[in-house]
Amino acid sequence: MRKVKVAGVGLIPVKEYWEKSIQDLFVDASLIAMKDAGIEDIEKIYVSNMCSAQIQEQLNLAAVMTDFLGKPGIPATRIEASSASGGVAFHEAVQAVASGYSNVVLVTGVEKMSDVLPEIITTSLAMAEEQEYTSYTGVTKAGIAAMIHRLYMESYASPEEICMMAVKSHEHAVGCKHAQYPFKMSLERAMSSPMEADPIHIMECSGIGDGAASIILVPSDGEGVEVAGTAISTDYTNIAQRSNLLEMKAIKTAADKAYNMAGIQSSDVDLAEVQDDFTINGILGIEGLGLTKIGEGAKLVNTQEIDKEGRIPINTFGGLKARGNPIGATGIYQLAEITLQLQNKALGHQVEGARIGLAQNMGGMASICAVNVLRRIN
Amino acid sequence: MKTVKPVGIIGYGAYVPMYRLQASEINRVWGGSGVPVEEKSVVAVDEDTITISVEAAKQAVKRAKIDPSEIGAVYVGTESKPYAVKPSGTIVAEAIGATPNVLTADYEFACKAGTEAMQTCIGLVGSGMHKYAMAIGADTAQGKPNDALEYTAACGGAAFIFSEKNNSTLAYIESSYSFVTDTPDFWRRAKEAYPRHGNRFTGEPAYFKHIKGAGKALLEETGYKPSDFKWAVFHQPNSKFPINVAHMLGFSMDQIEPGLVVPRIGNTYAGSTPVGLAATFDVAEPNDKIFVVSYGSGSGSDAFIISVQQAINEKREDPKLLSFIEHRKYIDYATYLKQRGQILQ
Repeated sequence: MRKVKVAGVGLIPVKEYWEKSIQDLFVDASLIAMKDAGIEDIEKIYVSNMCSAQIQEQLNLAAVMTDFLGKPGIPATRIEASSASGGVAFHEAVQAVASGYSNVVLVTGVEKMSDVLPEIITTSLAMAEEQEYTSYTGVTKAGIAAMIHRLYMESYASPEEICMMAVKSHEHAVGCKHAQYPFKMSLERAMSSPMEADPIHIMECSGIGDGAASIILVPSDGEGVEVAGTAISTDYTNIAQRSNLLEMKAIKTAADKAYNMAGIQSSDVDLAEVQDDFTINGILGIEGLGLTKIGEGAKLVNTQEIDKEGRIPINTFGGLKARGNPIGATGIYQLAEITLQLQNKALGHQVEGARIGLAQNMGGMASICAVNVLRRIN
Repeated sequence: MKTVKPVGIIGYGAYVPMYRLQASEINRVWGGSGVPVEEKSVVAVDEDTITISVEAAKQAVKRAKIDPSEIGAVYVGTESKPYAVKPSGTIVAEAIGATPNVLTADYEFACKAGTEAMQTCIGLVGSGMHKYAMAIGADTAQGKPNDALEYTAACGGAAFIFSEKNNSTLAYIESSYSFVTDTPDFWRRAKEAYPRHGNRFTGEPAYFKHIKGAGKALLEETGYKPSDFKWAVFHQPNSKFPINVAHMLGFSMDQIEPGLVVPRIGNTYAGSTPVGLAATFDVAEPNDKIFVVSYGSGSGSDAFIISVQQAINEKREDPKLLSFIEHRKYIDYATYLKQRGQILQ
């Protein structure tokens, strides 16, 4: 397989775009990436998105977005893997270039969530769970996370220690121009916010936002930011079938595969973006990636080790909680942010000397997970 | 917008029913924790938009000290008409003695129907078609049980009688502006019992966009700055929005304080901005300038610059709005449902 590099990235701020369509967001981010790469001639397009069928009542996104980008005729594919759509789309795009099938691939994640009422969003997001055995019981994604959160509390950490995951993400987002909530949030504020699903407070959950992020992949020329490792893995969708609720196997399996492909160990990772859509998920992500021992994730986020000057900076632009979580675009935001870090273009968020960064992007309650490792090679 | 002849307000009145439902009582029943307003006003079983309008209109006529038969127009702005077909305005006009030589109709533009009626009356008087014209904004707003709007949907209204500006008018209209787009943030289809709304869509692209649109345009058109105004009134669907939009436009808390009645009576919909203006008239002094911007879902805003005149001192007889706010009786949720006709029989 050919080595693959990132030729350009494009981000638009995560916010509520009342005056724009989902097509507009896709085009805006894609054009920024094309300009960044200095490339007009795209050979293949991947569109990552989860909820357009329920929110926009629009399917066939590959054709629709390619048309709106002014590139009809180009082969295009829509990737849906619930919240992991971005990471999985990137994984597929890498293979398209690595295999030699395509030389210039655009992968753009897009989600526009502000067009509908929250109950439709909740219903749509619940579709990430297996319908017959999970969703139809009436449980929401937050409800499932709450059960795991409670178990983690009983096993390893206090509610406040877990909540610090959200506090840290907000702290890291300060000054981030594309973040939806670029401000600090105190532990007290988060812990006094209403319950979303007991014991998860509403300020421990990522919000609803619109966004699009884009990356252009080309064969590596031995310079810049290369894709060092890419892997996806799956797990039982019904958490009742898992032997250990606090061990998200899809994260560990994908991470191990990606590390193996990159020829690294977890200790070689300089910075990481993890899926903190709920505080507990961020902590289990850190543990699943092997960035700390099992049961010590919450302890880690209560230290300065995850800050940009720390041992393993995490969510340096605010993560899902503060940068925002436009579901199908989130995985691409993570990878674009890692790219900016490795290109030394992260401005106030820069992790000095960063060479290896990864993005962990999962769907459902880690029933699918993508881990993509990027490496600066010059 | 300016009229050919200067137009003033010769009388005003407001009415708020005495019953109150507290946010804490709604939270007790539904298990919520929000407090968008402290409490809201609720009609008695024998009250509706028409009775509220009549109470406000009678007070306005009394303060205006005019012969009501000379009122040439009575417009009722509301989204809670007791009759789907049959004007509320005819009943109000009859009750105050304005019939039969009178124009009347009911206006619907969600929460700005009252100020829409004001714009019409300003036009009728400013053009010389009528000596006096009355605009009323009143509602008995519907809030679906366990919906966010249940906390705020309240009852009340205010009436204003417009005439050519003279020494008897308590204030005059310097200028006005209207800003309207097709923005479906809140609606109630025919035969539906409760309105539906677009949640967060009711904020930035709806309420804030239109109030800022109308407000900024009127300030630019007239050359006034926020600091030129003693008082300001903005549509008040909850406690937070009017404070936020005031700050966005450059107005202070002190300027909006007298007219900010929503925490204590809730959102009286088409009555909201008119009631806020009536509360401000209750404390304003001659030569004070008042900046007023309404908002109605659908969506649009009417903005007015109103200058208070000397006659305010003689037109401000009791009862003031504050007396209606303070004369209150708390009811529980079951009584509330009964009084709002929400119990199936």
